[in-house]
Amino acid sequence: MTPVVSVCDLRKTYDIGGEVQVHALQGVTLEIAPGEFVTLTGPSGSGKSTFMHLLGCLDRPTSGTYVLNGRDVSSLPKRELSRVRNRELGFVFQGFNLLPRTSALENVELPLLYAGLKNARERHERAVAALASVGLGDRLHHHPNQLSGGQQQRVAIARALVNNPRLLLADEPTGNLDTRTSIDVMGIFQRLNEERDLTIVLVTHEADIAEYGTRIVAFRDGRVKSDTPVATRRQAAIEIARFRDAAA
Amino acid sequence: MSFATIVVIAIKALRRNAMRTALTALGMIIGVAAVIVMVAIGTGARSSIETQIRSAGSNIVQVNAGSGRFGPVRQGQGAVTTLTDQDATAIAEDVSGIRYVSPTINTRSQIVAETGNWNTQVQGTNADLPAIRSWPVQTGSFFTPQDVTVAAKVVVLGSTVRDQLFGEGVDPVGQTVRINNQPFRVLGVLTTKGQAAFGQDQDDAVFTPYTTVQKKMLGVQHVTGILISAQDNVPLDTVSTQVASLLRDRHRLDPADDDDFMVRTQEEMATVLTSTTTTMTWLLAGIAAVSLLVGGIGIMNIMLVSVTERTREIGLRLSIGARDLDVLTQFLVEAIVLSVAGGVIGILLGIGFALGVSRVAHWATDVTIQSVVLSFAVAAATGIFFGYYPARKAASLDPIDALRYE
Repeated sequence: MTPVVSVCDLRKTYDIGGEVQVHALQGVTLEIAPGEFVTLTGPSGSGKSTFMHLLGCLDRPTSGTYVLNGRDVSSLPKRELSRVRNRELGFVFQGFNLLPRTSALENVELPLLYAGLKNARERHERAVAALASVGLGDRLHHHPNQLSGGQQQRVAIARALVNNPRLLLADEPTGNLDTRTSIDVMGIFQRLNEERDLTIVLVTHEADIAEYGTRIVAFRDGRVKSDTPVATRRQAAIEIARFRDAAA
Repeated sequence: MSFATIVVIAIKALRRNAMRTALTALGMIIGVAAVIVMVAIGTGARSSIETQIRSAGSNIVQVNAGSGRFGPVRQGQGAVTTLTDQDATAIAEDVSGIRYVSPTINTRSQIVAETGNWNTQVQGTNADLPAIRSWPVQTGSFFTPQDVTVAAKVVVLGSTVRDQLFGEGVDPVGQTVRINNQPFRVLGVLTTKGQAAFGQDQDDAVFTPYTTVQKKMLGVQHVTGILISAQDNVPLDTVSTQVASLLRDRHRLDPADDDDFMVRTQEEMATVLTSTTTTMTWLLAGIAAVSLLVGGIGIMNIMLVSVTERTREIGLRLSIGARDLDVLTQFLVEAIVLSVAGGVIGILLGIGFALGVSRVAHWATDVTIQSVVLSFAVAAATGIFFGYYPARKAASLDPIDALRYE
């Protein structure tokens, strides 16, 4: 089976004025198979976020190759990268990045607009379906400031899903959320991973969040330090049920 | 992505910041409205002046006793006494293409009636004045050639004088007024003519036979001017040339001598006035154009601030698949929508204001289609011109830099 992601000796070097160079990534080689739920961990400055941005085609590697769904995207022109981001990737951020004063529905419709989907009814239906799949079917017309942090992140997940990407990238998605809400959000990721066979790559610096995935890749100083499968995987659904019982 | 979709996105973005959008558009609105109103006032002034000149009679040639020379000394107007009523008769007989000729001699005098007292201009003419100036009497009648021959003490009043002496709407025909302490019989009142091109009230005057002014009031033999009305389709230039050479002949002037008279046509005066008001229109439009420019810079300013403020939003749009072209178009369309909407509102406001000015201040205004089209085009062009730089700045952002922007 073709891996979803296949990177080989990926390097990224930043010039920060003059002679000073920062080697954020120093040769990363990695393969991610369809249906995997990979969590990237490591201390800040380890290169995990840089790696994430390269995976998301938000930035270009200094050297090395990146093959996404069987196609080398490391040297695609700018326009083509926009298409890749729009069709093949879904991105979830720590800070949600929803458009303010814009309803949840319109936020989710945005990638469809950029995809050039002209049929307004189809846009509407797909956005509604995406919001329903994250449990926000009853919050379509709420603006971000009328939603809780967990709900805002769920809108962002719906937005990432609406174009049916094969790869979902999440950069510290629980960084701004409390424990209970974090488990909720991880539950959604786990469900999407299992029900839709969606491949997920998630960056976190919290060790317990990493255990919701199937495989942990730890970064240190711009290199992969360890790459291990999760032995005992945490199940968000069970934990949520336990919370509910405790409350009752 | 289709252009229509981008327009929708741009309008949604503008609506998210309704207050800022309104304030930015205000600059454009005021600029465009100012251009429309200023041009309307300027054009209105010009056309009302043209109408007044036409109402004074466009076929009139006027001869004034001019500045004469006595040795090296140039004498003032009126000091010349060489122009006579025989000159007028000669013009009527010898110059072709002429309809009426009237000698004129004016003086100022106090006029006393039983019910009022008024200082006004006494114009001495012959009986053809109403025909020359297309100025009929309203009540009563004008004096006759017979009155001129005998230097009768009769007077025809302008409507302002009638109002001042007898009150508005009163019929003074048959009454007696005293001019220079001599009794004059009122024969009639002229219709109201309104302001002349230079703003003086043409109705503030009385008319008597010029012979009466000469003999009974001033005690002189000369006249101060000759009023000539040419036939239709006769070029006024030809008439004035003929008049000038005839007068030089009659006054026995050497070829080296200056004219002791001045011949002017209404057309010349019209040209001078029209060019003055045209200059004024341009001046007003120029001032208004500056405010339009300021409005445009205001739009650029806001769009630049908006790009900075919305950097993260731009990063987000790029990360979910917007192309740089999409972002460029969105910001450009935002700027254009701002300026075009401002332009349309400004045009409506300007037209409304111009109508208001002519209704309240009674200034003639004339909203020209050119000023509407021009200011709209300038508004749209301003949007493109001042919107392009911020739009390009937004589009050139790197997605990751934009997302990380704090």
